[in-house]
Amino acid sequence: MKMKNLIKITAILFMISGSVFGQIYKTKNGKISFFSDGQSEKIEAINNQASAALDATKGDLVFKVLMKSFEFEKALMQEHFNENYVESAKFPDATFKGKVINISEINFAKNGKYKAFVEGDMKIHGVTKKVKQNGSIEVKDGKIIIIAKFPIILKDYNIKIPKAVINNIAENVDITVNTTLEK
Amino acid sequence: MQKITVSIILFVCLFTQNVKSQDLMDMLGDEKPAKDYITATFKTTHLILGQSIENVAKGNLNFIISHHFGRINEGSYNFWGLDQSTIRLGVEYGITDKLEIGLGRSSFQKTFDGYVKYKIFRQDNLKMPVSVSYFGSMAINTLKWDDPTRENYFSSRLSFVNQILIARKFNNALSLQLTPSFVHKNLVKRNIDQNNIFAIGAGGRYKLTQRLSVNAEYYYLLPGQTADDFDNSLSLGFDIETGGHVFQLFFTNSQPLFERGFITETQGKWNKGDVFFGFNIIRTFTIVKPKEFRKS
Repeated sequence: MKMKNLIKITAILFMISGSVFGQIYKTKNGKISFFSDGQSEKIEAINNQASAALDATKGDLVFKVLMKSFEFEKALMQEHFNENYVESAKFPDATFKGKVINISEINFAKNGKYKAFVEGDMKIHGVTKKVKQNGSIEVKDGKIIIIAKFPIILKDYNIKIPKAVINNIAENVDITVNTTLEK
Repeated sequence: MQKITVSIILFVCLFTQNVKSQDLMDMLGDEKPAKDYITATFKTTHLILGQSIENVAKGNLNFIISHHFGRINEGSYNFWGLDQSTIRLGVEYGITDKLEIGLGRSSFQKTFDGYVKYKIFRQDNLKMPVSVSYFGSMAINTLKWDDPTRENYFSSRLSFVNQILIARKFNNALSLQLTPSFVHKNLVKRNIDQNNIFAIGAGGRYKLTQRLSVNAEYYYLLPGQTADDFDNSLSLGFDIETGGHVFQLFFTNSQPLFERGFITETQGKWNKGDVFFGFNIIRTFTIVKPKEFRKS
């Protein structure tokens, strides 16, 4: 009798944990872009192939972006970006591994826009830095849209700007994330 | 019994906590594309005098100014060659990422030249060890006829160069290229002169910094009348890359700046100081923007 109960309880627990375990949203077509507002030149690049995943229960959030997938208006800029600045042959991806600290405030069952506080490790050009940012998570018909905009300092990630182009590339670059994830 | 129940419940709870950040990252999978083409084997479409396997990107235009001064051994009166010059102005356009066309005019024999460069194979990180391109050009000599009373044909003004460019980027710093070439001249001066000439080019670049490289280029004429009368072209120089320009500064024993000229008509010996200082300035313009950036 007791054994039967035990099995029932274990089965129920596994079922509950199973449904909790299934709260992972992901995508392989996230949009990440960056903008450099230099004195004499504006540079913009767009990447539509970012991978991202969010664990809705625990708040774990990860991004992985292939540097070669950033597209520029000028082909030469794209070549220099990969060859000279981010050295994508050595460091093919940029990653973010972190957590949405206030995940419990977000109701994934109800449509709406929620403020999100994110903390984690940002790794670009082989250098990892702790970052803390605010953004928003919008729940819309079972999908979630992560929107964030924040600056990064190129020097922090060892990305060097030669004196010759110091007016063309800003020291801080604005990164915009606009990524839709689904289960 | 209680103990076992508790431990089972605990075990189940622990099990559900197992989706850590790293596991989430692993779930994203390996994002590297299966095949990754090697880019930026050379800084620009020219090695020094001759072509490199690089093409102009689709929708982009290169404007090229090439300039050779006179011989350095001409002494102070001619300011070591700086008083004289031959120049070539040219443009190159990328029709697709693989197909490029070019046009130019040189002051040397007032020659117009037009060409096509096509990427046949591209080096990648899996199977293809080299990049291979085809280069075909036609040059038209527009000097006035030496003897206008003789029957002169327009076709006599034409010469053709066909090359297969084979290059490999060994690492971030070193790239090498082999350029077997075939030159055909419709009309040559004497009976014993060759209409068909074979040569092999070899050269490469070594990057000293991200934006500065040292380049070398040599064209060896296969034995024949041309090899007897003329010298093999040898050029040494630097590539300096800034945002939209590449500056190529070099010393060469070739006065002509287009293919047929420097491959088969070079007259100058390095050890005698028959060296010309020259430069190429290549500026890239974006004519057709990629889809993502076009204003709808």
